[in-house]
Amino acid sequence: MADDTEGTSKESAEPTGGQQSSAEASGADTDAQRAAGGETPESGEVEQAGVDAEGADVDRTGVTAEGGTRPAPSRAREGMFGIQGSGDTSGFGGLRLPGYAPAPAERPFGGWFDEFADDFAEALGERGVAREAVQQITIDRGEITFYVQRERILDLCRTLRDDEGLRFELCSSVSGVDYGEHVAQRLHVVYHLTSLTYRRRIRLEVALDVEDPHLPSVVEVYPTADWHERETWDMFGVVFDGHPALTRILMPDDWDGHPQRKDYPLGGIPVEYKGGAEIPPPDERRSYS
Amino acid sequence: MTDIQDDATPGPTPTPAEERRTTEGTVFTVTGGDWDTLIDEDHDDRIVINMGPQHPSTHGVLRLVLELEGETVQQARSVIGYLHTGIEKNCEYRTWTQGVTFVTRMDYLAPLFNEAGYCMGVEKLLGIDVPRRAQQARVLLMELNRIGSHLVCLATGGMELGALTGMTAGFREREEVLHLLEFLTGLRMNHAYIRPGGLSQDFPEGWAEKVTDLIKVMRSRLPDYDKLLTGQPIWRQRLENVGYLPLDGCLALGATGPILRSAGLPWDLRKIEPYSGYEEYDFEVPTATEADCYARYRLRVAEMHESLKIVEQAVKNMEPGPVMVADQKVAWPAQLSVGSDGMGNTLEHVRKIMGQSMESLIHHFKLVTEGFHVPAGQVYSTVESPRGELGFHLVSDGGTRPVRVHVREPSFVNLQTMPAMSEGGMVADVIAAVASIDPVMGGVDR
Repeated sequence: MADDTEGTSKESAEPTGGQQSSAEASGADTDAQRAAGGETPESGEVEQAGVDAEGADVDRTGVTAEGGTRPAPSRAREGMFGIQGSGDTSGFGGLRLPGYAPAPAERPFGGWFDEFADDFAEALGERGVAREAVQQITIDRGEITFYVQRERILDLCRTLRDDEGLRFELCSSVSGVDYGEHVAQRLHVVYHLTSLTYRRRIRLEVALDVEDPHLPSVVEVYPTADWHERETWDMFGVVFDGHPALTRILMPDDWDGHPQRKDYPLGGIPVEYKGGAEIPPPDERRSYS
Repeated sequence: MTDIQDDATPGPTPTPAEERRTTEGTVFTVTGGDWDTLIDEDHDDRIVINMGPQHPSTHGVLRLVLELEGETVQQARSVIGYLHTGIEKNCEYRTWTQGVTFVTRMDYLAPLFNEAGYCMGVEKLLGIDVPRRAQQARVLLMELNRIGSHLVCLATGGMELGALTGMTAGFREREEVLHLLEFLTGLRMNHAYIRPGGLSQDFPEGWAEKVTDLIKVMRSRLPDYDKLLTGQPIWRQRLENVGYLPLDGCLALGATGPILRSAGLPWDLRKIEPYSGYEEYDFEVPTATEADCYARYRLRVAEMHESLKIVEQAVKNMEPGPVMVADQKVAWPAQLSVGSDGMGNTLEHVRKIMGQSMESLIHHFKLVTEGFHVPAGQVYSTVESPRGELGFHLVSDGGTRPVRVHVREPSFVNLQTMPAMSEGGMVADVIAAVASIDPVMGGVDR
């Protein structure tokens, strides 16, 4: 998918968002966004994920965000007083918050982030990893996140581990996040890397389509990722290609489904109280967010 | 599951090993005294042994699959998941405050670390600072908890290796710690005492004397472990040069905590990335270079002494003040107190919300049922638990419930080092290696 971007020079790397397909996003949501004046996909690339939940009022074209801007989740705010099909008139039945789109960071990043981002870009250049491997850089609450292309995750990890100036020796954690149904590229795989030499922590994040949840395994770079990736497969159904033995780890081997996906029910039984009162199980109770 | 001939003669033993055929080959259930039926010239020496999931020396509900040749372990694999309770998933259906009662149950030997790590993550998402007294109380509780956790490690580790006096002594001292924690927080385990924004309530009257008493008791009893175990020849022979894992192996496999420090790297998050005001305390990070089970044992004993030093300083430095943030949109609306019918809201609070202020009632109700809104974003917060880096990856979409709570459990990660420590060694050394990893299965499986 990203092969067509191979060899693109730094200058031509426009912040066009992810190269990955987001077939899911090309549904009604997308049309609604376009109608609302949202960012239109460039150069007729239908698959280009230019969908932005708040695209209508955010002008991203003027922002030269480093590494670009990745596509935002396309879930719009719903519920509240436009609810249908429910007797709940409190305004909270089925309330869904809009998808959260982390903003790309702008220079200067502050702290060690500037120096690190430069070193990282340089190291990637030395190793011939295309600049577009990093789709967006976000700095939030003192933590730096690199949204990266899934095809390059192994190259990026190897660079981060081996480069003299980076030295992320420890892969603290690999896990998944499911941002929920109706969100484009809802499955995210999150890597937390730690540099013991420089005492730094960074986060890499890869967004995946739920229909095609494949990405390369990083076990050959970080052997500790073995169990983390097995857990992520078990819980989210993300397939790590190249993993030595991608089997379930927490759930029984013959289990159906991947429990931490948002469309997988929590389960549970109603709680009965004296006098016939009954409290529904936690996932059927009214939620406020 | 070896390729043993099906027509093997049972030999002279009166009770031959029970056998049944499976698609993988013949499986023998060996009950002791009938090894001769398995090991003779007709069979090769390579057998696969299943150990656990419930076995007195597997440190909990851990299943080990060992491929043995004679007494040498050729391959070792651990099978986990027997204690999986879906805590991470459950947190997504509860408010941020309710999440504390879930995460505290993960690593049940270090509940206060789970609570502190989780709450620090929520506070980072909220962008709030915790009052000083609450931070000092957290440090005090965590260090008490570290002593208790290390004592269990010594106790169960000793039991698994046959040092039963080590077990009784370890649990005896741990009981003292649990008594104190019960006095301070109300519960021996699963405290749910640390809350986002501070603590659920202040320490009770007379806490300083009780903590000081415990310090005295521990100061007198901890040296006994040196007499009982440290210099003891059998203990040393069982642990020295066993379960070796050098620094590069630790980093590749992600091991942190005493395992990493036993390989020579003084990596302790309390010093590296001080949180909760750890930079104010004077303590050492014990480190060894032998990278074996004995070094890990000695580090844990030394860490208990260091924790006592921190507790002592925390008692001395503790300042009066609030233990919860002043923001009424985050702080729990009620002060708790013990009444005739158990723990509950104070009488004054009930009188206020039921009789005087409708707004207070609404506020109480909204905050308790809905919870507070946490701005969208994600954080990774870490604490140095007794077993290593305990990390919480929390994701919020702006609502009152988490989108994702992922826990980087040190037990889970460290258990991956078991094969590297055990393969090529004797089968009895697997037990020593697992004991020195100190995995807590509640944390491994979550």
